[in-house]
Amino acid sequence: MEDAKKLQILDSERCVGCQLCMFACARRQREGGLAAACIGVRSVGGMERGFTVIVCRACENPPCAKVCPTGALKLRKGGGVQLDTKACIGCGNCRDACLVGAVFWDEEANKPMICIHCGYCAKFCPHGVLKKTRKESL
Amino acid sequence: MLANDTLANVLYIDLSDKRYWVCQRAELFDKYLGGTGVAIHLLEEECPTGIDPLGAENPIVFAVGPLTGLYPLASKTVAMFKSPHTGNLGESHCGGRSAVAIRMAGYGAIVVKGKSDIPVYLAVHGDKVYFRDSSSIWGIENSFTVGRIMRENEPGAGIRTIMRIGGAGEKLVSYACVTTETYRHFGRLGLGAVFGSKKLKGIVVSGRRSLAVCDFNEYRRVYDEIYDAAIGSPAMKKYHDLGTAENVLPLNMLGALPTKNLREARFEEASGISGEVFAEQYLGRRLACSHCPIACIHIAALREHYEDEPYFYKTHMISYDYEPIYALGSMLGISDARGFLNLMEQIEIFGLDAMSTGVILAWATEARERGIISDRETMGLKFAWGDYDTFVNAVKLIVRQPNDFYRALARGVKYASEVYGGEEFALSLSGNEMPGYHTGPGSHVGAIVGTRHSHLDNAGYSLDQKNLSSKKDIPAQELALGLLAEERWRQILSSLVVCFFARGLYQPDIVLKALEPAGFSLTREELNRMGEEIHRQKYEFKMRHGFSLDEVHLPKRILETSTPFGPLEESYVRSVLEHFKELLGL
Repeated sequence: MEDAKKLQILDSERCVGCQLCMFACARRQREGGLAAACIGVRSVGGMERGFTVIVCRACENPPCAKVCPTGALKLRKGGGVQLDTKACIGCGNCRDACLVGAVFWDEEANKPMICIHCGYCAKFCPHGVLKKTRKESL
Repeated sequence: MLANDTLANVLYIDLSDKRYWVCQRAELFDKYLGGTGVAIHLLEEECPTGIDPLGAENPIVFAVGPLTGLYPLASKTVAMFKSPHTGNLGESHCGGRSAVAIRMAGYGAIVVKGKSDIPVYLAVHGDKVYFRDSSSIWGIENSFTVGRIMRENEPGAGIRTIMRIGGAGEKLVSYACVTTETYRHFGRLGLGAVFGSKKLKGIVVSGRRSLAVCDFNEYRRVYDEIYDAAIGSPAMKKYHDLGTAENVLPLNMLGALPTKNLREARFEEASGISGEVFAEQYLGRRLACSHCPIACIHIAALREHYEDEPYFYKTHMISYDYEPIYALGSMLGISDARGFLNLMEQIEIFGLDAMSTGVILAWATEARERGIISDRETMGLKFAWGDYDTFVNAVKLIVRQPNDFYRALARGVKYASEVYGGEEFALSLSGNEMPGYHTGPGSHVGAIVGTRHSHLDNAGYSLDQKNLSSKKDIPAQELALGLLAEERWRQILSSLVVCFFARGLYQPDIVLKALEPAGFSLTREELNRMGEEIHRQKYEFKMRHGFSLDEVHLPKRILETSTPFGPLEESYVRSVLEHFKELLGL
């Protein structure tokens, strides 16, 4: 577990809503635009109140995996899950189980999209909101 | 462009018949990229000469570009329409989430036609358009409230734009704006009134799609280059730190800050409304447009006490920028930051163009001082420099228009001064209220000849400051050429819908490199020719709709008040105009 990396939200109050993280996530998956983004930024009921950053928290005992009827969501080293697309039947239970709303959906493939904590988005966060950290330093 | 790029989709919405359809216009985007280049063509197709800007036949065109959603800072939407303010070409640019949302919904442009019989707002979610009955919110003057209601009724949080009008648009004030994301605007030339005339309270657009690129590795490389340049750029840091408000003190020091209706170009009390004061005492949050790392949007937090109850407070969040600080601050002799913020908020509530409103109020204040207008016209309001409470009340009357005087103010300073007199100090340039730069001839001539009479058309103020530092006399022809060259290049930037704040980053070589992965292979010469052509087409539209550079009205005031170059010579200004006409072949 020592080497596992995790994406951490350091301070969402610093977020300016630029959404560069969302575009970065899509690019990491070799797509332009936003359809592939596994991170979301939206205002907290109007931009004047700031933003909420929605992304997988890398749960150690993730509810999304618990409700998967086919075992398509495997536990990831360091927390969170990895999707076995071949096993996934697109039932959507995982999406309903995540209180954070961090299970995004690929409408075309009808399958979930969940952050794999690669940290690519954090490289494009110029305002100190996101950081890729080691698990033990949390 | 790439064969599968949804940029080619133009969404047409007819408010009269409540129907919509999509046309593939790849040929237009191939030829003119997007934004202003495509919009002028769509406008030409839909807007014959002689139409009433507030009639059903006036179209509204929104256009974005090929770099939107692919690269940082390609974050503007260009709106085009016939302006109810000038009766000529209406063009206004807005950021927020508007550009990315339109692109992600699957369109390169949206054309709104006709007029609804009942109040509606439009909800465009991907390939579906809904006409929402807005009878229950028609009449809500406060654009913040309208935005909140639309927000709560529509899906797409985080990936949508919410354009709306307040009371000013409904009441057809000719310089009413359209507000998006609470703090960004299609500010100038009266798009809000065009919305109002169509009974269109707002437009929500959302979508979430993928964009194709033809060479992914190259795309990522160019992306990183632009991103790194943006993050490392001192110009961009300036826009982030203090924002455009940083310009207040330097322009004042230079003697270029229009003050009290430009009777002066230095404001003794400018230190009260400096970018530093706003940042240190009021800055509550910074915001960014979608896909912009800079976050230039500065929001002041203003805590105010309810006078009727102890320990009862409210906190207003009010955006500020250089231009509103000029128009509603120095121009009106307001040096109290709280006073400025109160006035700014009232203008945001109604959805007015802050710049035009400030210049109009400045004219009214001087007109009252000179006895041209009296308490009878103002309905007892005693306009006086620095008296922001009175100006707040005046703004309410401009929107509600209880008498002929306020109806005149609601049509702009040119119209009001034609009715009441005082044209020599009515600061309108080609029908649009002047921007906040008394830097020299470039600024004023630039606003007169610019296709939308905005300081951002050709940045004459910047040319002035460069010429000032080189300390040489600029021949009239050289100045005319400088303005024209800049405006032609800016046609490319606004066709790509790149924010002008990033003009230093998006140099021609970067533009060409960025376009390649999006499927556009162009040369520098082709870009230049395209810029020239788009500019010419816009001018042709203007001329057909009655614009002329033959008998330009120069308000005496701009010649009387000394600039950093000294007082402007009328003969020199007219000579620049003549050279400009010659260069355009007019």
